[in-house]
Amino acid sequence: MRGTRINFGWGRVIGLTIISLAAMVAPLPSFLEMFRPDFVALTVLWFCLLAPRLLGLSYAWCAGLALDGFRGVLLGQHALTLTVIAYVASKLRLQIRAFPPLQQSAVILALLWLNEFLLFWIDGVAGHPVTDWRRWLAVPVGAACWPLVVALYARFAARR
Amino acid sequence: MTTHDPDPRPLLLGGPALGLRLIVLALMAAGLMVADHRNHLLAAIRDGVATLAYPVQWAVQAPVAAWSALRESFATRTRVEADNVRLAADNLVLRLKLLRFESLEQENQRLRAVRESSARVVQRSLVAEIVRVDLDPFRQRVLINKGTRAGLFRGQAALDANGIFGQVTRAGPFSAEVILISDPEHAIPIQVNRTGVRSIALGTGRSGLLSLPYLPQNADVIVGDLLVSSGLGGVYPPGYPVGKVTAVKPDPGQPLLSVEAAPLAGLDRDPEILLVWFEREVIEPEPESEAKPATTTAGPPATAPMPAQPTDQAQSQAQTQPQPQAQSPPQLQPQPQPQPPTATTDQAPAPSAAQPPPDAQAETPAQAPAEPPPEGNAP
Repeated sequence: MRGTRINFGWGRVIGLTIISLAAMVAPLPSFLEMFRPDFVALTVLWFCLLAPRLLGLSYAWCAGLALDGFRGVLLGQHALTLTVIAYVASKLRLQIRAFPPLQQSAVILALLWLNEFLLFWIDGVAGHPVTDWRRWLAVPVGAACWPLVVALYARFAARR
Repeated sequence: MTTHDPDPRPLLLGGPALGLRLIVLALMAAGLMVADHRNHLLAAIRDGVATLAYPVQWAVQAPVAAWSALRESFATRTRVEADNVRLAADNLVLRLKLLRFESLEQENQRLRAVRESSARVVQRSLVAEIVRVDLDPFRQRVLINKGTRAGLFRGQAALDANGIFGQVTRAGPFSAEVILISDPEHAIPIQVNRTGVRSIALGTGRSGLLSLPYLPQNADVIVGDLLVSSGLGGVYPPGYPVGKVTAVKPDPGQPLLSVEAAPLAGLDRDPEILLVWFEREVIEPEPESEAKPATTTAGPPATAPMPAQPTDQAQSQAQTQPQPQAQSPPQLQPQPQPQPPTATTDQAPAPSAAQPPPDAQAETPAQAPAEPPPEGNAP
């Protein structure tokens, strides 16, 4: 993935964002709902790690706000958490990109966990805590999806 | 692979600007959250985002909806015939009930006119379809395909054919969000149909379970009791079925009974729901005849044992409510509480007609959910 040329138009960026937002609310059978990975967070991380010149923290913030609107939760909570993980990812970008895929997934796991933890914390502060342990299930699933996301998005980016 | 990068911009980015951007964006997000949480200042922004989101949400569920429509149109003839027979039989039964109902309704209205209290029956209803998107797996909320353009408003009650479904928490122009009665943040004031005992049913987060944690040990509740809405709080029309009691667990060590109920509305399988409009205005009884029953009933709610530690926001509201009532008759001093007027006035006429139930503690007028203030948005 080192040599992948990323040339995205804004149309592709918006398209990818909308697809990941749609994937967050697409109807699933109820037993699968818990396992739905945070596609928006994965998209944001991908942009921050592999296309950092194109998009960064402001994109993370806007995508988070859109996700808040989509899910009808407290406005700004995903904006905050995604900005924070985008910041960490941007800071460690050069290291993370040099990692082998498995190790990369481990870093993504940590970042997704941070995202979920911040959401958990904001939920609690805002007065409607979700203490169900199953909310953490999406984190390892998201990390497991990372290699897939990288392969898919690289294809998407390379196509002229 | 590429040996020469034509991009003249520096390879390393970030630096102090990155941290600065993080701080600015994080502060903006925090400001948004506070504004949204505190006083719902952002209704316009929220509605805007929801309006933009709706086409995508609609598109996401379109294949599912199309599939079910297709299946519907290819339904076999035998199934349609069977349905038809069943519906005709249902219709006959319902018509028979209606014959009695109409005369009863008239009688009821006449009696209420004598007592000068308003009937508060549902006057208008609107069918809305549930948009099949998963908003949040841990919250019991759904999106419907009608919004303020169709006259919906925040705090509106939603029913289905079997009972109370929930209420509107956010209404955009074309879509609205409905909180189900089984959401952990929802509380609905109810009444046991058999005995008239009033209490509050809280959602648990599971669609088949409501809990009634505020009934005293000696409350007259048995398994199988029908729970109907009491109409206190003014959000829900009174007298509509909410659930059936499924378990009563008396624990002598606890001051309160633990009662579980199953909602009657098909919370997780309804394709469409009914939004209702009803008369919220209650005729104020004249204070002279009202002062007496108000002071006599002020005793039991104040002295009866209250739940020890309110954890829920809705419950803390419900608890603070009776106190001003106990000190002064509510009709003489209109309270500046952000509660619907029905909560206080509705309670007062009840004891004048019937004896107060032995456990009048349950008569805490509850604001249904914590979030939406249902007052002031009647169309």
